Amino acid sequence: MASGTAVHQENFFTKYLFSQDHKMIAKQFLLTGMFMATIGMIMSVLFRIQLAWPGEGFAVLNFFLGDKWAPGGVLDPNMYLALGTIHGTIMVFFLLTAGLSGTFANLLIPLQIGARDMASGFMNMLSYWFFFISSVIMVASLFVESGPASAGWTVYPPLSALPQAIPGSGMGMTLWLVSMVFFIASSLIGGLNYIVTVINLRTKGMTMTRLPLTIWALFVTAILGLLSFPVLFSAALLLLFDRSFGTSFYLSDIYVAGEALEYSGGSPILYEHLFWFLGHPEVYIILLPALGLTSEIISNNSRKPIFGYRAMVGSILAIGFLSFIVWGHHMFVTGMDPFLGSVFTFTTLLIAIPSAVKVFNYITTLWKANIRFTPAMMFSIGMVSTFISGGLTGIILADAALDITVHDTYFVVAHFHIVMGFSAVNAMFAGVYHWYPKMFGRMMNLRLGYIHFWLTFIAGYGVFFPMHFLGLAGVPRRYYTNSEFPLFDGFVDMNVMMTVFAIVGSIAQFIFFFNFFYSMKRGPKAPQNPWKSNTLEWTTPVEHIHGNWPGALPEVHRWAYDYSKPGKEDDYVAQTVPLEDGETDGEH
Amino acid sequence: MSYLLLAIAVVVVFLIIQLIRVFELTGKLRNSDEYSIKEGPNRNRALGWALFGIGYFVFFIWLAVKYGPMMLPEAASAHGESIDLLFDINWVILITAFVITHIVLFYFVNVYYWRANRKADFITHNNKLELVWTVVPAIALAVIVIYGLRTWNEVTGDMTASDDAIKIELYAKQFDWTARYGGNDNNLGVANFNFINTSNPLGLINKSSIAIRLDELKAELNELEEDLTKAPKDGKKERAIKRKIQHRKDQVAAIYAMKRNIEVNGNGAYADDDKLVKLELHIPVNKPVNIQMRSQDVIHSALMPHFRAQMNCVPGMVTNFNFTPTITTEEMKKKTGNPDFEYILLCNKICGTAHYNMQMNIIVEPEEEYLAWYGEQKTFNDALMAAHPEYFEDNLADNQSK
Ligand code: HEM
Ligand SMILES: [Cu+2]
Ligand SMILES: [Cu+2]
Repeated sequence: MASGTAVHQENFFTKYLFSQDHKMIAKQFLLTGMFMATIGMIMSVLFRIQLAWPGEGFAVLNFFLGDKWAPGGVLDPNMYLALGTIHGTIMVFFLLTAGLSGTFANLLIPLQIGARDMASGFMNMLSYWFFFISSVIMVASLFVESGPASAGWTVYPPLSALPQAIPGSGMGMTLWLVSMVFFIASSLIGGLNYIVTVINLRTKGMTMTRLPLTIWALFVTAILGLLSFPVLFSAALLLLFDRSFGTSFYLSDIYVAGEALEYSGGSPILYEHLFWFLGHPEVYIILLPALGLTSEIISNNSRKPIFGYRAMVGSILAIGFLSFIVWGHHMFVTGMDPFLGSVFTFTTLLIAIPSAVKVFNYITTLWKANIRFTPAMMFSIGMVSTFISGGLTGIILADAALDITVHDTYFVVAHFHIVMGFSAVNAMFAGVYHWYPKMFGRMMNLRLGYIHFWLTFIAGYGVFFPMHFLGLAGVPRRYYTNSEFPLFDGFVDMNVMMTVFAIVGSIAQFIFFFNFFYSMKRGPKAPQNPWKSNTLEWTTPVEHIHGNWPGALPEVHRWAYDYSKPGKEDDYVAQTVPLEDGETDGEH
Repeated sequence: MSYLLLAIAVVVVFLIIQLIRVFELTGKLRNSDEYSIKEGPNRNRALGWALFGIGYFVFFIWLAVKYGPMMLPEAASAHGESIDLLFDINWVILITAFVITHIVLFYFVNVYYWRANRKADFITHNNKLELVWTVVPAIALAVIVIYGLRTWNEVTGDMTASDDAIKIELYAKQFDWTARYGGNDNNLGVANFNFINTSNPLGLINKSSIAIRLDELKAELNELEEDLTKAPKDGKKERAIKRKIQHRKDQVAAIYAMKRNIEVNGNGAYADDDKLVKLELHIPVNKPVNIQMRSQDVIHSALMPHFRAQMNCVPGMVTNFNFTPTITTEEMKKKTGNPDFEYILLCNKICGTAHYNMQMNIIVEPEEEYLAWYGEQKTFNDALMAAHPEYFEDNLADNQSK
């Protein structure tokens, strides 16, 4: 553990590159995540252009993809699939898993629990560097001769196992798997560290029931990751074996490219079970930190305690537990035994209850509040809306009988982009706007923040909301074009509309980038506690120091949500302020 | 193309204007108290949410009016109607929840915006309220679960129920579909991937296909043995050839095993009278069909939107879906007012380059028409005979000598 405030010699490498300081590592995760997300975002624009104007030539496509993958500016169908695959992988894993948890767990866990650093600074650094290597490999896979992985972000075998079936399953897929192995290692090392830190390094008075909800969410997220990523690891390893060493875990009875293959006795369904055993908890690994961040931001900007703190913690725990027993809802039409299907329908619908409780608690927090609409608060309110909109369609999908008609259609794409992608991105932006002063010691420009918010929020719904209608008409996802079916001809203009929204939304992100980098150097200096917040991170000096607090560690006397407490002069009471005689603490 | 350019142009201009404004603003920022919250702008942001809320609902309604008619095209199967009813129950519950929660959200935002002279109420929790909103969703979900599982049982219950159902195999491969009918006995013969060759793309088994395949494999083996004598010893090449030889031998053994299994153990039957049809799937109206699915290479999925039917086709296993079509193609043409209407089967699991165009038309017709069509189709044995007459003369000679 980093010890106290001792000043030691630092050079460029130990300060910026191989830093073991959690605040620097958080920034490294954020910047790497943003870089990867930019790639993923550009990819989405490229394939949306093809979907809106199938078969037309565009100079942009040729500019990014060259003559091989976009001859005459027309996207190659294999490259279309590759773009979708890598876009999904980057957004789910690199941005919303590593980027989100990596940034905010690193930044907030030590600062909000009153610790000098993570339990192991070295492992923390290792976690970042594994993530970095993983990112480099994933980016490198884009330049492979036969193309990057193309079997969808879920990489189901046999498609992902056989280069004869699709060119992207050659070298591109091998690199994808290697990248994921590093990624998983990074997540596990990071997660272990977060858990140990939360359990062991809470400062005096910081009982579990006084933890801010951010920490609860990040803590449970780390546990989910620790329990589920190893399963993805084995799934990836077995796939690697099938591909490279001729084992038959997932493959059997295959005739492809004019040849009967030797594989015998394996089952692709086994892979799906293993994948989704991770895959479903994974979606909550993305969502829970988002819920944690917004709980804090909404309470702070409502100047009001979060409503039902215990219910919030309880539902985080319930969601965490249930997320392990619902994975089968991704497999209703794989030939699964109908009774098993019923069980998964039931467990999946159970998850909707704690989710609903969270939504009601958010909304009730706003009731009789005193709401400041900072950019962070705008994004957080946006997240409440997207979480409702996307969560409700989950109830349709959970019903096995209904899922028959909409599985793998655009309805699913709408569902998960809104409930997971859009919600978590909203929350991540909220987090960046809110904690930017803590990370960089300066303030971001507010006006640009609002412009960024409205463009992003409207464009996001503009892209994803119409997809419900496509899906209900039976339009499958992962189609290079919808123009081969007269049945879908009525959706041509809808596809154009969604693409225009996607382009506007993407360009809006450059407003954010500008604001982000410009403010880092030229933004006004941040005050110590710009948002009048109760939590401990705002008691540290604005300039970062090793060990976080110059003197002794702060002592905690109350929960994090004493906003507008009667009898207090200010509308906030920091956690370090002792309770007065007869004053009750927490949810009473 | 023009749309895109227009959109990009508009956004770029907009961006430039905004960036210029930032530079103005940053000058202002350093000496202003921009970060101390002000009542006026804060109130406006609340109004922004109200406007957004209205816009969101309008967008929803506009989409529903414009595209709603294409959603869930008229159900053309018996269970399809139950599924649609279940959809309707769900829509009522979900859209109610959607509208109420959003209205309350935007309402609170518009009433409880910040004012300097007031404080928020210190409300930490309310057990009664929390109980209510745990129990109410639980009840709504109970309704959804009960109706949902009933429908699910109805849909999947079919699968075992129908002995009199017409058995049809849907065979998926990159990137097309083949339908196989069971012949006059409505019984699908045995198939195996080791039998696949150009004249037998589904790997069906009968006496002739066994003979053809064994000869092919023997010829390949001879060629490989010859290559082996030429290959340098202990090289990579030699090992590869040995491996291939072993694989061919395994295939031969597998073929004999299947033959014995059918002839001696009586497991399954030869596929002589099965009928193969590409590009079109014909089914009679109002009769249950039992669709069995197989795949040659990767996972595909047979999605038939009008029949509310979907099932994955997985290499190495057989999956099933049963349904009863209730409306003929002709009737549907009239109902939709579209003379070109066709029921379609799409591939709905990413399967490679041409995944987006792996389709087949489904033709639902009155039983007489179906039977007439069916009578015209060639059996597997006839098709094989046309491709390999030599094997059939041998067989004939065999039979005569007995
Ligand atoms: C009310 C709670 C929810 C329910 C009942 C639910 C249900 C479902 C179901 C049944 C599917 C499978 C659909 C199919 O493939 O046919 C699905 C897909 C998905 N859900 Fe949810 N969901 C809920 C909330 C969430 C949340 C909170 C997230 C993420 C934070 C999420 C992320 C996803 C993703 C990523 C997929 C699609 C994965 C893919 O096929 O590529 N869902 N959901
Ligand atoms: Cu799931
Ligand atoms: Cu396919």
